[in-house]
Amino acid sequence: MAAEFITKQLELAKSVSSLTWLGAINERGQRAFAEATVPTRKTEAWKYTSLYNLTETGFANAAPAAQAHADVIPGLQALRIVVANGELDTAASDAAALELVVRFRDARPEQQEAIRALLGEVKADRGHLFADLNDASINDGLFVLVEKNQRLEHPLHIVYANTSGDEAFTVNTRLLIALEQGAEATVIEHYSGDDTEAGKQNNFTNAVTEIRVGDNAKLVHYRLQLMAESAFHIGGTFIDLQRDARYEGFHLGMGTTLTRNDVVVNHNVGGSHCQMNGVYVPQNQQVVDFHTCVEHKVAHCTTDEVFRGIMNDKAKAIFNGRIHIHPDAQKTLAELSNKNLLLTNTAEINTKPELEIYADDVQCAHGATVAQLEEKARFYLQSRGISAAEAEVMLSFGFINELLNDLNDEAVGLWLRPQLAKRFGREDTLSAQLTGEL
Amino acid sequence: MIEIKDLKARVEEKEILKGLNLNIGPGEVHAIMGPNGAGKSTLGNVLAGREGYEVTGGSATLNGKDILDLDPEERAREGLFLAFQYPVEIPGVSNLEFLKASVDAVREQQGKPALDSVQFLKLAREKCKAVNLDQSFLKRGVNEGFSGGEKKRNELMQMMLLEPSLCILDETDSGLDIDALQVVAEGVNAMRDENRSFIVVTHYQRLLDYIVPDYVHVLANGRIVKSGGKELALELEEKGYGWLENGNGNGAE
Repeated sequence: MAAEFITKQLELAKSVSSLTWLGAINERGQRAFAEATVPTRKTEAWKYTSLYNLTETGFANAAPAAQAHADVIPGLQALRIVVANGELDTAASDAAALELVVRFRDARPEQQEAIRALLGEVKADRGHLFADLNDASINDGLFVLVEKNQRLEHPLHIVYANTSGDEAFTVNTRLLIALEQGAEATVIEHYSGDDTEAGKQNNFTNAVTEIRVGDNAKLVHYRLQLMAESAFHIGGTFIDLQRDARYEGFHLGMGTTLTRNDVVVNHNVGGSHCQMNGVYVPQNQQVVDFHTCVEHKVAHCTTDEVFRGIMNDKAKAIFNGRIHIHPDAQKTLAELSNKNLLLTNTAEINTKPELEIYADDVQCAHGATVAQLEEKARFYLQSRGISAAEAEVMLSFGFINELLNDLNDEAVGLWLRPQLAKRFGREDTLSAQLTGEL
Repeated sequence: MIEIKDLKARVEEKEILKGLNLNIGPGEVHAIMGPNGAGKSTLGNVLAGREGYEVTGGSATLNGKDILDLDPEERAREGLFLAFQYPVEIPGVSNLEFLKASVDAVREQQGKPALDSVQFLKLAREKCKAVNLDQSFLKRGVNEGFSGGEKKRNELMQMMLLEPSLCILDETDSGLDIDALQVVAEGVNAMRDENRSFIVVTHYQRLLDYIVPDYVHVLANGRIVKSGGKELALELEEKGYGWLENGNGNGAE
């Protein structure tokens, strides 16, 4: 079935009407994907993540045109864009947001030039076969350009909302974000869905995002994956940091049967800083896999990466965090922390921090832990009348809530908190309610 | 109030309490002093039900109920409160949420109606003020980044919110400067009434200048070796614990 998956997806990619000016990248992608083989557990980077259910289902149908229900984040003042089954839904998007975002299909010649100058360039050869599939299939996408010294007052909130179809289908999405020198912006990539009947999805989203943060520019980036538990998601995020650029990312893996996210950050010039946090909370039989890689190619850059996961039921998570410090990357400061909690005996975590250091004057630290909850903290709560079971819930939630507290946009935290809390058996979070009143 | 009879307990394989007897009536304040390693903190932990502290004999009866078989949370709901020597930092769990969960649990046990969030907030603000903590501490993680004094004041605030019948202060004076000590002592004194009892565990007499005890006991080698009035603390301060080892203990049981 694996070979058939490649053939069928390739047919699908070729069948969509392409944009002539993207012909070269389509062809390149198609060539690469045709030669690809679906990785098995013998492939190191996919050792713990089986693609069996994905290739077995195939998803080799085009997405039906649809209007989809797209989540709103209450209290978030944002420029909102809705993409339904891969198609920009202009009616559901804000006019101001549509002015900011260039749709590939509508790009004027000079915009096409700008897009072509970046597309596939940030990703370079770092993607795997699904990034090739994305290249092979692109016939649309969104380009966000924040011009020199421009500061976006409100976050750009891009909601990817999918429906279910009669047959399982694939959605390839492409997002390109460029911040010019001194620009500042917040971009929220939000893959939505829920597990109500209406929210059920039988689709496979293959999303590639390329980001270039220019000299002295700053991007706050949220990548929130809250799709239905019936969906599949493979994401590739590729980030270039130019001189003194700053990237602050928050990556959430919550929905789908299978999620695989690759995040690659390149410190390209010097003086740049990457703060990357992430949270994954698989339950039932969900599998979520984060592979992050930070390339310190040059001197004087810093990385602070913190991922935390809580696995429940029979769920499985994979975290592979690589920090690669090249020979020229002296005075690098890099830290990577990955902490995990297993709530059941049947949940699983495979964590591997990988530090590869080829420079001698650097400060690096990494740590990965898999823990039960701390006895001291539990006793403290119990000694105040809180039951052991509730203490466990509070502490588990607190474990990831720490990262939610660090979010720049409070509305996002307030909105995510109850959804995450619900995963731990709490219908309502008092703290959101109470802190709202403080 | 609480009656402790021939209490024996061990931590891992080591026997720490070796037959401790103590009777505390309603409204009384008992100070427990003693040298390092005497078992002072063990007593608090054993009474509060901490894992790893194994009771090997004796009983402890709080308001007529044997508490040694109860879970820690059940003891708390029965009115026992341990103010920790080193309160735990729990980042990510907001102080406010923690306090509300705690007050809810204790009130439920006491058959009192639950407080809604507005009522609770009002109460929490009031208590914050009473212990001289800024309201912003309610929003922060439990004890997260609090100074030593702030942690102790947070303990005191919890005590005020839960209104326990027996308060055990485990070396509450450790890590406090004189100003913070006074704030904590004033708070404790404000809570003294005819129905609430205190066990004040301390190394030094200093705390007892502010929280004046009705009785002072000396705990050494797992037992109460001498009991007396508040003047005993002064005597100890002057003569040191060595004095007792030279045959001056009265073996008070």
